[in-house]
Amino acid sequence: MEFPYNEKVLEHFRHPRNVGKIEDADGKAMEGSPACGDMVSVQIKVDEKTKRIQDIKFESYGCASNIATGSIITELAKGKTLEEAKKISWKQASDELGGLPAIKAHCSVLAVEGLRSAIRNYEEKHSLVTDKTPTTIETIEKRLRKVMNPLSGLDLVGTKLIKKIELKEGEVKIDVDLPENHQFANSIKEEIREKVESLHDIKKVSMTFSG
Amino acid sequence: MFDEKMIYLDNASATRLDERVLEAMRPYFFDTYAVATSEFGYSQGIEAREALQKARETIASRLNAGPEEFVFTSGSTESSNMAIKGVMMALQKQNKNHLIVSKIEDFPILYSAKNLEKQGIKVTYLEVDKYGFVDLEQLKGSISKDTALISIQHANQEIGTVQNIEAISQICKEKKILFHTDATHTFTRLPIDVSKIPVDLISVAAHTLHGPKGIGGLYIRKGTPLTKWMDGGFQEFNRRAGLENIPGAIGFAKAVELVTAQENEQLISLRDHLISHILAEISQTTLNGHPERRTPQNANITFHFIEGESITLHLDMHGFAVSTGSACFSRSLEASHVILGIGGDHERAHGSIRFTLGRYNNLKEIDKLIETLKEIISELREISPLGKD
Repeated sequence: MEFPYNEKVLEHFRHPRNVGKIEDADGKAMEGSPACGDMVSVQIKVDEKTKRIQDIKFESYGCASNIATGSIITELAKGKTLEEAKKISWKQASDELGGLPAIKAHCSVLAVEGLRSAIRNYEEKHSLVTDKTPTTIETIEKRLRKVMNPLSGLDLVGTKLIKKIELKEGEVKIDVDLPENHQFANSIKEEIREKVESLHDIKKVSMTFSG
Repeated sequence: MFDEKMIYLDNASATRLDERVLEAMRPYFFDTYAVATSEFGYSQGIEAREALQKARETIASRLNAGPEEFVFTSGSTESSNMAIKGVMMALQKQNKNHLIVSKIEDFPILYSAKNLEKQGIKVTYLEVDKYGFVDLEQLKGSISKDTALISIQHANQEIGTVQNIEAISQICKEKKILFHTDATHTFTRLPIDVSKIPVDLISVAAHTLHGPKGIGGLYIRKGTPLTKWMDGGFQEFNRRAGLENIPGAIGFAKAVELVTAQENEQLISLRDHLISHILAEISQTTLNGHPERRTPQNANITFHFIEGESITLHLDMHGFAVSTGSACFSRSLEASHVILGIGGDHERAHGSIRFTLGRYNNLKEIDKLIETLKEIISELREISPLGKD
């Protein structure tokens, strides 16, 4: 029987390692691809002293390469320091899996981005980010581009669901064009908070849902 | 881990050839292999010509058409290209340069339309409702004095929705507009009688009927203006040049003969069993298309919060062949234009699976599919970050 993926990819696809969420995770990220709708969530637990990744979990709303890369990346990152883990590339993940079809690069790169974002999220929360450029509306918008509307698989900015962003003395107000009782309102809210609150000079994030 | 026998549920893409079809074709490879000659040719050529004529009669009569109104082609892609480009070319001289199609047509129609647009033809792409139906009032409203042709499929390739071509063809007749329908997914499965329905052109093919690949046909109502675009010899009533595919035509005719009303009933009952059990036994599922007005062989279901290529790959490893509308599955990485066309969002296309049945499927296979799906869907939902509160 012929499959489009090699045995190792299929093995990780069938039995993905480290699936799930971490309770009281230290760093979290959800990455999505507007191109194909795939999404991946990465959560990490970090040893505060050694800065090593003690535990890592992932979840995937995606195709086989997305799932397999998510799985392999958790194996590669576990036990590594944040600095080491940051350097894990898509190429490395793909090589470790014995190669992925080229057209699937963008679905599998998501897991790598997910890991980097989770690390970034940890660093921001722990004030480890050395880059202290003041936050602007553009910075916030860039972050909101990573928040997916699960119903469409597309990001909030791209689908024009962000009506307004206000920024004043470290306080952010975001108006979302979705009803308060929207199926995913809470998870979207949580994600926005996660993405924006961790910025070094942001003190408060408030949101209104007025769709 | 791997089953020795594949359970094939992608019969809208291609079907297993029926042995009886192959037997009917065999003599035309080894005994009567001559080109179909005129009545003044040598005897084997005349035999070939007569066999071709008989095949033509068998297929045309299934539409209640005359044999002189049926032209063999290499398949439904060619038939639809021939119909649309042929009519638009023929009527351009009369300044009729407007074409109407639905936005969920299959690619031969959509890309013919896009190609014609580049050459100055105006094209209207009609919206469809949540089931995939064309709105008749919108259709009427989009007709102008320049409209030459309306092409609306008989049934959809992905979601199986059967259009009201009776009403659409009547509108066309009243407005004196030519009407083409792509019946690739309905021919012999659902009746079309050209003596009752004023349709001018119909695309059909053998590959969906357990017949051979590479043979199809176009019904052309007598008097329909159609520019010939395959130039060469004078075959097929001088409509389409090229050596006739006689074994293919014989196989197509045999395949048509073998489809019975009883078989179609059987497909409907398998289809309804599959749909009702999946919807009842697997949560967060949506049927795509209409519950009743769909082809006997088609079921299309979205499994929310998971992705289609993951489902098809798991099913493949369990020995099932199905297809999905997910972007990840397509070579172009574009989500199904049909699911998006019926107002579905990216997510609905992402987890949509098409099951299409055929002669060789049975209830046991469908029950096995349902059990396997339950496992796969729950495993993939475990991995998914969505749908958990």
